[in-house]
Amino acid sequence: MAIAFTVNGKPVSVEADADTPLLWVLRDDLGMTGTKFGCGIAACGACSVHVDGNLARSCSVPVSEMVGKSVTTIEGLKSAEGTLHRVQQAWIDAQVPQCGYCQSGQIMAAVALIEKVGTPSDQQIDEAMTNICRCGTYPRIRKAILAATGAAAAAEGAA
Amino acid sequence: MADNPNPDLDLPETTAPAEKIKRKGIKRRIFLAGSALVVGGGIFGVWWTDSSVKAKGNALIGGEGKPAFGSILTIAEDDTVTVFSPHIDFGQGSHTALAQMLADELDADWSKVAIEQAPADLAFANAALAKGFLPTMAGETLAGLIPDAVIGMMARSMPLMITGGSSAIRFTGEIAMRRTGAAVRAALLAEAADRLGVPESELTTADSVVTHAKSGKSLRYGDLAAGAAQRSLASDPVLKARDQWKLIGQPVPRRDIPAKVDGSAVYGIDFTLPDMRVATIAAAPVRGGTLESVDEAPAMAVKGVEKVIKLPDAVVVIGSGYWPATKGLQALSPKFTDGGHAAVSTPAIYAAQGKLMAGGKPDNEAGEGDVEAAFGAASAKLVEAEYRVPFLHHAMMEPFAMTGHFKDGTLHLWGGMQDPLSTRAKAAKAAGIDVEKVVFHPMIMGGGFGRRFPDMVEIIDQVAVVAKQVPYPVKLVWSREEEVRHGTYRPQSSARLKASLKDGQITAMRMDYAQSGNAEGEVPFIYNLPAASRRHFAYQSNQIDGPWRSVNATQIGFYTESFMDELALAAGADPYEFRRKHLPEGSRHLKVLDEVAKRAGWGTPLPEGTGRGIAIVESFDTIAAEVAEVALKEDGSPKVLRAFAVVDCGTTINPLNAEAQIAGGLIMGLSSAMGEAVTLDKGAVVESNFADYPILKLADAPPAVDVHFIDSGAKTGGIGEPGLPPASPALANALASLTGKRIRNLPVLTQAKA
Repeated sequence: MAIAFTVNGKPVSVEADADTPLLWVLRDDLGMTGTKFGCGIAACGACSVHVDGNLARSCSVPVSEMVGKSVTTIEGLKSAEGTLHRVQQAWIDAQVPQCGYCQSGQIMAAVALIEKVGTPSDQQIDEAMTNICRCGTYPRIRKAILAATGAAAAAEGAA
Repeated sequence: MADNPNPDLDLPETTAPAEKIKRKGIKRRIFLAGSALVVGGGIFGVWWTDSSVKAKGNALIGGEGKPAFGSILTIAEDDTVTVFSPHIDFGQGSHTALAQMLADELDADWSKVAIEQAPADLAFANAALAKGFLPTMAGETLAGLIPDAVIGMMARSMPLMITGGSSAIRFTGEIAMRRTGAAVRAALLAEAADRLGVPESELTTADSVVTHAKSGKSLRYGDLAAGAAQRSLASDPVLKARDQWKLIGQPVPRRDIPAKVDGSAVYGIDFTLPDMRVATIAAAPVRGGTLESVDEAPAMAVKGVEKVIKLPDAVVVIGSGYWPATKGLQALSPKFTDGGHAAVSTPAIYAAQGKLMAGGKPDNEAGEGDVEAAFGAASAKLVEAEYRVPFLHHAMMEPFAMTGHFKDGTLHLWGGMQDPLSTRAKAAKAAGIDVEKVVFHPMIMGGGFGRRFPDMVEIIDQVAVVAKQVPYPVKLVWSREEEVRHGTYRPQSSARLKASLKDGQITAMRMDYAQSGNAEGEVPFIYNLPAASRRHFAYQSNQIDGPWRSVNATQIGFYTESFMDELALAAGADPYEFRRKHLPEGSRHLKVLDEVAKRAGWGTPLPEGTGRGIAIVESFDTIAAEVAEVALKEDGSPKVLRAFAVVDCGTTINPLNAEAQIAGGLIMGLSSAMGEAVTLDKGAVVESNFADYPILKLADAPPAVDVHFIDSGAKTGGIGEPGLPPASPALANALASLTGKRIRNLPVLTQAKA
């Protein structure tokens, strides 16, 4: 069946079985491979995207539920002029990625958190950032989130 | 990741008394020179006097306006220096660090240095690696007798293009990159001296420019490269002294990171070709089992499924995409044999290992002094303990994926492996074609941690066989379930430790351990004791045991460093002070231990409900000591609140990346100790995915890891692995200090609960 929705601001229409996970439509049908496959059971978060602004693990969301919705992937975070999102820039500044495979999902989760709460506390970061990173980049992920929201600078200023 | 290029040693078959388990494993490649000896100079004499190898390597990386040097770098007319790494980079950051080492000696402009993966060709077989590993493999004496030219030949004949054993920096970087940079700089200087008609001694180099201060004239490397490439390169160039380094030791940002934050980095699993199909696979649930039968019809009825292929031990479904292939596979009910391994289970393996050690016939014994005599001394206080650790899954975040296209007699492969050259050889063998008819295109990898050594990677054979049967390119992708259940795990292992104490000092220590591989020569025993013995009892289950980040140092470190705390307790001593007493005065180890104790505030009061533990392990020529501060969560599982690491790896090439490697290793070590275990029942792996194989998440990792390096200037050590081994004993020691309960079996889970 033809399913019409929006990806990174552009309308798309795909022929796919209703139960096909959004992840595989993005990767195999639309050729957008920045969103990664890690587990297929929504346990690791490597496939995280935003659906109508909310964080979703695309490996476990059927594409049929996307009708009329707006999906944002890692490829869609930059501005129209190509400027990196402040969270992406913070990731570079803090030298977060090692193998890098989980980082698309980590960044999507961090952006969703910041868009929701503004300047997250350590506890909010703990609760929201449930994506798995086997390389163990967690301390730098935390640092980058705090830097992106100015929380690190504020904390330093207060100290 | 092992101590040698043959990480899974082919040990004599040892079968548990109660079970008849066929050794399933990997043939050991012999790492010894043949009878043919070739006279040669230094290590670069090999690469540069073997004209056919040099020509081929340079032709593959160089070109018009971009002359190549020593099969390692090119210098373009616009001054761009491109460094070709024989190592893959799967997240450890060695590409940037290797280029730093070369560029520093070359005096290159860092902003114009690019880094690429060397092609998977024999011309890039890594002689530096062969030379670095040789003393471990053959012993210092024999290694010293083998001419470097033969080592180069060996590297090509093995063939050797491996990444593992934390070897990139300490061997390839120190032996190949720095010397090549220095030799090419010398050639550029000579060329400039001739062109300017001045003595070389009046020339200086900086930022890819040769300058003659007296005349004010200068020449860019891009101008000089073509001429310099015609000159012979010095075998043994003069290297910079430490105080002349400009790039080595600097925290330069990694070059691969920008593409990893915007989704543009293309991993093996992302590769695509026009007309490509996607396949997925289910292998026999019991390792060693075979495919008995399968009715293909249910899969073929799934929309998008194109073909079902039977392999001796697996079934493959090819579809228009991963999802149709997966649905097709799930529709099948293949029948597999258990290969005669139905009796294999986690408890049965521990029981068999216990019996083996009780039998007292080790395969290998190392150590010195009379342990038995010390144990029998009248005044000796004896302490004994048994420890167990489970199989561990590598859990690289990118599941295995490899694309194959067999066209006009040539098999093209795209994917990521820790050894591009042996990937070709293995694929050629599986496909039944000549190795020259296999082209491997190395791609970046979403982790590896030891899982991507071609010898143990089934997907290479699977893709080679499948690609030969279809007219289109096919990408085979493993599900996470396939990954978890068909790993080449860190071995399940048991140990018995025994020591005698007198007047608060250890008089003798023995460690018996049962597992597949022999760790001797890999994990040095660091304590200064009158008598010490380590005995290895070879035990092989039906699983394939592989190198898992830091290899045997994980379990050996856990055993030894947990036991040191038990001995401290028996001696009534503080664990840190007790270790100090058994480390040589003035040693690097003692400095590392003292520094971590200082930084962690050892001995200062802790908040209620918090415990502190310390451990020190040397692996891959690097000494790492760590302190963990831990509390218990409501469910009784541990939470690490603070972590400290002090590391002496000789020289820290890139502190920014080295810090990440140490912190990441520490966290991976904590993760494995806290919750990870692959268990077996009826010969098959019980766990299936991250739901039942828990990886530590951000909330349970220490918020920050305090990492400090001591630049002792000693021989450069590895950095990718040594941060991991001290983590699990530091955690167990912290829990014991908090609860009084000693955890001897991993994972910890909720064992520390009161």
